[in-house]
Amino acid sequence: MTYSAEMALALTLLIPLIAAPLILICRSQTNIREAVTLIAAILLLVNVANLVVTVAGGARPTLLLGTFAGEFDVSLTLEPLGAIFMAIASSLWLLNSLFAIGYMRGNNEKNQTRFYVFVAIAISAAMGIAAAGNLITLFIFYEALTLSTFPLVTHKGDAKAKRGGTIYALILMGTSLALFLPAIVGTHVIAGTTEFRVGGVFPEGTSLLATSVLLFLFAFGIGKAALMPVHPWLPNAMVAPTPVSALLHAVAVVKAGVFSILKIVIFTFGPAVTAATPMSTILSWVAAISIVVASLIALRQDNLKARLAYSTVSQLSYVTLGAMLAAPAALVGAGLQIVMHAWGKITLFMCAGAIYTVAHRTNISSFNGLGRSMPWVFGAFLVGSLSIIGIPPMGGSWPKYFLMVGAIDSGKAILLAALIMSSILNVIYLTPIAIRGFLKPPDNPEKDTEIRAIAKAHPWVIIPPVITAMGALILFFFAGPISDFLIPVLPLDSF
Amino acid sequence: MSLISFFPDWMLTHGAAFLVVVPLIAGAIAAILPKRQIAAALTVAVSFICMLTSLLLVLQIIDGQTINYALGGWDAPHGIAYVVDGLNAPILFLISAIGFLVSVYGMPTIIAEVEPKKRAPFYAAFLICLAGLLGMVVTGDAFNVFVFLEVSSISTYSLVAMGASRDRRALTAAYNYLIMGSIGATFFVIGLGFLYMETGTLNMADMAVILREMEGGSRVSEIAFGFIIVGLGLKLAMFPLHTWLPGAYAHSPSMVTVFLASTATKAALYLLLRFVFTIFDVSFNYVFDVEIYLLAGLGMVGMILGSLQAIFQTDIRRVLAYSSVAQVGYMLLGVGLGTAAGLTAGYLHLMNHAVIKGALFMALGAFWYRYGITRVTDFNGLSKSMPWTMGAFTLGGLSLIGVPFTAGFTSKFRLVEAAFLKGWWWAVAIIVVSSVLAIIYIGRLLLAAYFQSPPEVNGHVVAKNEAPLLMLIPMWFLVLLSIAIGINADIMVDLAEGAASVLLPISAGATP
Repeated sequence: MTYSAEMALALTLLIPLIAAPLILICRSQTNIREAVTLIAAILLLVNVANLVVTVAGGARPTLLLGTFAGEFDVSLTLEPLGAIFMAIASSLWLLNSLFAIGYMRGNNEKNQTRFYVFVAIAISAAMGIAAAGNLITLFIFYEALTLSTFPLVTHKGDAKAKRGGTIYALILMGTSLALFLPAIVGTHVIAGTTEFRVGGVFPEGTSLLATSVLLFLFAFGIGKAALMPVHPWLPNAMVAPTPVSALLHAVAVVKAGVFSILKIVIFTFGPAVTAATPMSTILSWVAAISIVVASLIALRQDNLKARLAYSTVSQLSYVTLGAMLAAPAALVGAGLQIVMHAWGKITLFMCAGAIYTVAHRTNISSFNGLGRSMPWVFGAFLVGSLSIIGIPPMGGSWPKYFLMVGAIDSGKAILLAALIMSSILNVIYLTPIAIRGFLKPPDNPEKDTEIRAIAKAHPWVIIPPVITAMGALILFFFAGPISDFLIPVLPLDSF
Repeated sequence: MSLISFFPDWMLTHGAAFLVVVPLIAGAIAAILPKRQIAAALTVAVSFICMLTSLLLVLQIIDGQTINYALGGWDAPHGIAYVVDGLNAPILFLISAIGFLVSVYGMPTIIAEVEPKKRAPFYAAFLICLAGLLGMVVTGDAFNVFVFLEVSSISTYSLVAMGASRDRRALTAAYNYLIMGSIGATFFVIGLGFLYMETGTLNMADMAVILREMEGGSRVSEIAFGFIIVGLGLKLAMFPLHTWLPGAYAHSPSMVTVFLASTATKAALYLLLRFVFTIFDVSFNYVFDVEIYLLAGLGMVGMILGSLQAIFQTDIRRVLAYSSVAQVGYMLLGVGLGTAAGLTAGYLHLMNHAVIKGALFMALGAFWYRYGITRVTDFNGLSKSMPWTMGAFTLGGLSLIGVPFTAGFTSKFRLVEAAFLKGWWWAVAIIVVSSVLAIIYIGRLLLAAYFQSPPEVNGHVVAKNEAPLLMLIPMWFLVLLSIAIGINADIMVDLAEGAASVLLPISAGATP
């Protein structure tokens, strides 16, 4: 067998999937077990990098996995948007694995083998979502991702974890079965296919009522996008260990949600149909309200992970907003937001995990002066915060810019108000955390001196967030190549 | 077909009659057998033979042929004819295969649920019920239908009543069923009387020819049609004639519930199809009106109200019983669409639902067998105490909801497609709403089973206690079958299309 693009596509799913049983086999040798995860992550990253180059060259590797019920194909097709999602998930899997090793060992978490196994399976499912060639395939991997992350959310096994897990499974499975699946069936019936095609699949003359209903079902059926009011699963999922929150609930799971919405808008409806559908205006308002309301809620959270969770809800709606505006600039903004927010938010979560591992603190009000003992962590946190807020020269500034241009392009300039208000709120709820760490005097200076010593024993919870923070900075200069990469799938004529 | 060559010649020629006569005689023998074990063995053996025979019949008609068998050598229209075609052969196989599976499944449960001296009579009633159901499906004589309908109904009443040693309410449920069933049978036979008056024949094929020559006939045949629809509607639990069903399902012995849920309403629905489409004709105005307004209309009302009632039940069997009322609604909607695609979807759903509901009721029986579970609240932590049974219930439940890769998805999807092709987009909306309600009533059970802790007895968590293999194997067979249908439904779709082509000969083979 030669290494072709199709082979590489199959390998993106297979590498993490094969790693899972290997991790299980090596459970008694923890160093080898972790080596398996890291080697798999490196192999996956190399493989995905190769695929990204292939896709940039214009190729669209396709793989038919099987057919069921006579007319439904389970197939993979990689296009630029999916390749970007793959690249984020695989690169951050590697960095997060380093962090997870530091965190899980540093906190003596139980059932570490189970953790690594399910993370690997979840990554495989995320790769499936990224490469899904049609809605049915997307749905299958979407459900697989929910199921494989459920044991991670309930990792601690106590009553609170179970309650969080129940809400997690209930909302994600419930919305997907009740709304997402009917939307897929409806699409198949109206368009005759669920395949993803540039420009959309709906025949001309499809009634606006039908597309409105379907768009509504997709927007709320894809609960992973956490559009209000289907967002409560996300704050509840924060009972999971921080590496899970960092990789899955800042990157793989939530990005799978907004990626799906973006993909459906671009490839199932087509930007033109989306823009013409009255529902898209309503949904862009829902997204704008989500952005502001979630920021307001984040402001009131003292628990760092809870604040970050609501911040994530808010930031995800930027992508949904961009998708619903459907103007080319807005779609580029949405695509960039997936990338930039991933790198920024994973930094913040890793910092939260580092603070917990080293200082055992979870509440923001207890961070006074902690930055002096943990300068790298709080430095990374500051950089991550600035990227999320969108201050140049951080990667996060580009999507905000493109979204604002998109809002004006599509004649909804009033939505600028929501974007600006959210940026102000971001400043208010994110910057005080780092400022408190650096500028306020410590409550208990002796304790903080001990923490400085403890921090030296945990390099692997501190190095990864520093790397991702640097990434968030460097990505500022790569917004051009990323949007060029995306252009083949966008409606060029109006760009 | 090479498979046919494995069967003896006499089976090829007399298969249709064999299917009815063997269980009928075996039923009489079982009644006088001294020991339960012998009766059970006889039942398993007979139902297995019936299954093979009906498989043979399916193989013989699969290419569109029709088997006409003149009982006792008396030719139709004067003698009684047994007719096997694409419409009833799959139903025959369904009934006898489910009969075989439940008779294996029932071996442990009967000991727990039926008093010792009633066990041999129980098997006798079961075999006679099997004979009655097979008879009413295989026969081509309208009055013979009534006879077998009553044979199966009366034996069913006694089967339901035998749940009394487990739950005294079985007696009232059986009585309720008896009254309603008798009313149904009376309506049916009155309808037949009018029809005989109008056509002067009892042979179905003959009736069809005469009615068509009369272009639907006079007001008498219209009234006959009305009586027959109401009578059969009662038997198949068409909303709002379903009131007997939840009680009968909830209180009979587990084996009977499984058998009833998977076969009895299906056989009645088959008769409805036979009467509406082949004896009468949709080109008659009154038949057309009934089809569009009554069957499709009541089907959709049942889909919503049945599902809603299922949500608010506290008894788990009643949850699934009301769900059955809703699922019958799906089939009626498919029938009511009246197109080849709709009939195919309805027929497919009939077969799929039999498989799915059979598996689900088998799981409920196993829960009762081990832990005496009857209420929704008892589901807490069941995934830990009975993982395999709960696994089967979960997959069956997902299939009932209609998740991809399950049988439920294939038939519901085809139904949606058929409704859409006809332009009934509001029917699509109702299918979606009803499926969402199914998520609620199934999801509620799954949540309790997987996310709640098992109950504690005297401070100890209830120990793991899996159902016996004799119950697990038939259950998992049906579950895996429903998954297999979900992945590749070609055989089922071929059978359903064959049935639809019998019902609508003109548009035969017209696929969506």
